[in-house]
Amino acid sequence: MTPVNASLKSDVSSSPDWEKIRADFPILQLNIGGKPLAYLDNAASSQMPQQVIDRLVRYQTTQHANINRAVHYLSEVATLEYHNARCKLQQFINAREDREVIFTSGTTDSINLVMHGYGRKFIKAGDEIILTTLEHHSNIVPWQMLANEKGATIRVVPINDKGEVEIDEYEKLFNERTKFVGLIHVSNALGTINPIKGMIDFAHRHGVPVLIDGAQAAPHITIDVQALDCDFYVFSAHKLCGPTGVGILYGKAALLEAMQPFKGGGDMITSVTFEKTIYNTIPHKFEAGTPPIAAAIGFGAAVEYLTAIGIEQIAAYELGLLEYATACLNDIPGVRIIGTAAEKTAVISFAIDGIHPHDIGTILNQDGIAVRTGHHCAQPVMQRFNVPATSRASFAFYNKKTEVDALVAGIKTVQKIFL
Amino acid sequence: MHTNSLYQEVILDHNRKPRNYGKLDHASHHATGHNPLCGDRLDITLQLEDDQINNIAFQGESCAICKASASMMTAAVKGKSRENAEILIHEFRELATGKLDTNQPHHLGRLTVFSGIRDLPTRVKCAILPWHTLHAALNSLDGASTEADDSAPTIPNHS
Repeated sequence: MTPVNASLKSDVSSSPDWEKIRADFPILQLNIGGKPLAYLDNAASSQMPQQVIDRLVRYQTTQHANINRAVHYLSEVATLEYHNARCKLQQFINAREDREVIFTSGTTDSINLVMHGYGRKFIKAGDEIILTTLEHHSNIVPWQMLANEKGATIRVVPINDKGEVEIDEYEKLFNERTKFVGLIHVSNALGTINPIKGMIDFAHRHGVPVLIDGAQAAPHITIDVQALDCDFYVFSAHKLCGPTGVGILYGKAALLEAMQPFKGGGDMITSVTFEKTIYNTIPHKFEAGTPPIAAAIGFGAAVEYLTAIGIEQIAAYELGLLEYATACLNDIPGVRIIGTAAEKTAVISFAIDGIHPHDIGTILNQDGIAVRTGHHCAQPVMQRFNVPATSRASFAFYNKKTEVDALVAGIKTVQKIFL
Repeated sequence: MHTNSLYQEVILDHNRKPRNYGKLDHASHHATGHNPLCGDRLDITLQLEDDQINNIAFQGESCAICKASASMMTAAVKGKSRENAEILIHEFRELATGKLDTNQPHHLGRLTVFSGIRDLPTRVKCAILPWHTLHAALNSLDGASTEADDSAPTIPNHS
């Protein structure tokens, strides 16, 4: 097996060669309308390095077959490589056992799995589910569906003007009816890093399980599910330089075993008759049908790539970009940064006086700058700050300061056009 | 395309100083348009008498493209018959989606300034929303949504 390495191995004594790492990403060489691409939409989806692309090609050209079925060579290789990918994810989040890692189609699928598998079995009428104002729609809507079905209630933790969760208010929401907590680790709209360790501990003191939506955290923060002691942790591959269509649900083994299956089908059974089906053990109980085998193997290669650079190194570099970009944007009259939490990942949501985000996005695109404009699937956050939408620049370790400079110049162009 | 050819002075001017902005007190027809992609909303009120649009107004929060389109639309249809307004609605939709041959006779006049929008599929809905909403108002429908539009490519509402 050829290991997938980043261009430079992590070395605590020296900083990685970020220019060389950037060169791993072929898409970043693109010109958009004659201008070099400045890809600042990483919170929506990150780009893929050649090492991961190569891994997908190698799987597809020399290793592909269906898994867990036939006895022929390719099926055995594919089964082994799929299992290896699970083990890489287990290591990446420091799960106790590989069977605690379920492959899903992504963060949304993972949350829906927990809603159906845990929520529909254990949440009853009158129970309360705590969520924060910062949640992405994917960690709101499934719980609303459950609450409507069961007669349960959603309780919402407010945020302050900086976009930080109000911990006092969070703690006040707990009572004997509280049965579940869903927390976003890092806000996709604002970049706020929530103090989840203390929030998990507080919930556990009340005997309440906690699901962490780590979609925006996993690319930027070292995840240790044992140290966090979270009950569920979910994220997608495509925000970590991996393919779309795959993600994971981490769950504590005892909880996963107690849950009911979400989807029925092949692979998730031990035996089937028309009278009775005996379900397979975890993780297979939750992986009905042929999984996204290639994508899962690419996911494994992606976390290997990131680990080789070092998540701590990535976080430190991105913090430098965040501080530089924050200072630059604060210097532009008429530009307001929304979300100024003390602890943030490299995400900057901003508004420009009198100019709609969609106009900003279209004009920035003319200069090859890709930002996200809209409500970021977090309408409660937008309502909290009384804006219909924002523009959002979100950075990855392959971005550079000259791209921040391009963004600043682009914003000035926007202001000039609308003068 | 060059975006500057979309953000032309006429569009910027209508965005800055929208015509017929507001709400008619005694409207015979009204509708609200909604673009779930960005959350933009647009209200149109109009007075129709003997199948003629005697007065029309719009208001709402929206991007420059949508606001300028609404402003220029209200100026274009005021005083027109319902039938002629529907012709303009049809032609504008065709223009925005790149289906109108502007070399053939049409009735859009200066509204062809929006022709560049066809190269920006994510923004086609911004330009079309006022026209959908006018169509809904003229036909006594409650509202319009860009997501009900099958003439423009559907852009899912995602993060």
